Amino acid sequence: MSQKVLLNATEVNIILHRLACQLIEKHNDFSNTVLIGLQPRGKFLALRLAQILKDDYKIKDLKLGLLDITFYRDDFRRSDKPLEANTTEINFVVENKNVVFIDDVLYTGRSIRAALTAIQSFGRPEEIELLTLIDRRFSRHLPIQPNYRGRQVDAINKEKVIVQWQEQDGEDAVYLINN
Amino acid sequence: MSELSVNHLLGIKYLNKEDIQLIFETADHFKEVINRPIKKVPSLRDITIANLFFENSTRTKLSFELAEKRLSADVINFSAAQSSVKKGETLIDTVNNILSMKVDMVVMRHPNPGACVFLSKHVKASIVNAGDGAHEHPTQALLDSYSIRERLGDVKGKNVVIVGDILHSRVALSNIYALQLQGANVMVCGPKTLIPKYINNLGVKVETNLRKALEWCDVANMLRVQNERMDISYFPSTREYTQQFGVDKALLDSLDKEITIMHPGPINRGVEITSDVADSKQAIILDQVQNGVAIRMAVIYLLASKIKQ
Repeated sequence: MSQKVLLNATEVNIILHRLACQLIEKHNDFSNTVLIGLQPRGKFLALRLAQILKDDYKIKDLKLGLLDITFYRDDFRRSDKPLEANTTEINFVVENKNVVFIDDVLYTGRSIRAALTAIQSFGRPEEIELLTLIDRRFSRHLPIQPNYRGRQVDAINKEKVIVQWQEQDGEDAVYLINN
Repeated sequence: MSELSVNHLLGIKYLNKEDIQLIFETADHFKEVINRPIKKVPSLRDITIANLFFENSTRTKLSFELAEKRLSADVINFSAAQSSVKKGETLIDTVNNILSMKVDMVVMRHPNPGACVFLSKHVKASIVNAGDGAHEHPTQALLDSYSIRERLGDVKGKNVVIVGDILHSRVALSNIYALQLQGANVMVCGPKTLIPKYINNLGVKVETNLRKALEWCDVANMLRVQNERMDISYFPSTREYTQQFGVDKALLDSLDKEITIMHPGPINRGVEITSDVADSKQAIILDQVQNGVAIRMAVIYLLASKIKQ
């Protein structure tokens, strides 16, 4: 097994600030926008972006939710490993809001497909966008692409892209792992 | 752990502590789902479930049906009263005929104890016991423990008394297994004639004085007197039963602590508990009903995830 560093902590930090600025350019003061981190791994990216928006760019009343897509996945009973549910925390209405989905890696697009179905249980958003730290090109199973991307990566299917977060893994880094 | 150790839910006796923990954690997620504006998820859209009720039921049947529909399963219902069982068809033939219609899971209530265990050995579908005679009613016991956990934080170390008709109650037996598995102390209380002889082998305390039982416990689970299962008279009159084993507000207020009151339903108001007790803050009877849907969703979801395509 070999692993290569795709992004180190400094690069992750620069990318996070760039993504935050791109969000502000589009959504201004976020009065009609909500951020939704996709569980489990999108949560850390969403929390980090929300923190930057609040602390560095003084965005007030930012609405951040966490969405679990387990029960909406299309691989129930198809995978060898049973699916484990996570928590959904959405304490606001998404009806007529601009929703930004946040996930760490965009790979096949199936998680995003599930999230698009799941969010309908909370209302009908005005618009849904996708922000992802890593966009793995050439691996999509569905016609889905991000509106905001941190880094585009060309990885072959048996390679894995792992995003590490300081809060959980002790460092900010992105690795490309080849089995 | 993310998988049940069993392929069927035949009784609490067949589960381990980790299974119960997994069911509760999954039910937590479904409880959040059923409190959303849209209370449905598409997880089980390719699963067909047959609800076979060979005995009358209102709340259990509705609760299972709702749980199945909220998971987007296809549901077919069967009740013995309008079926070929009346024409002499055997249980296996009835079920096999239904399974030929490509049913993946069977939720069954049957008057005979052990009917679900028997069926699980003869048919391929996943079986969920929705009550078999006076034997077990596992989903009721799970939702009871889940409701205790929700109200008191944990089941472990709590004193729980089950009051009433222990002899004819499948709820009592399943509750004893479930509570003991989670580390609760269990007592049964009722007329001596309604306490089975084998109860001592289950390691539960026995009390025939209701006041003493209530002074000991944190939770009182009041059972219904199952007149329909009684072939002889086990106590002189309903009035006398109520006087000795019924709970009213005055009795609760006279205790120097606040205990939690549960009832699996249907309540005979004024017999096991009075209306003011049933409607008081101490009673979590309606919470039990709501938790029943979440628990049944969790059980069906976890069993369905073990059915391979």
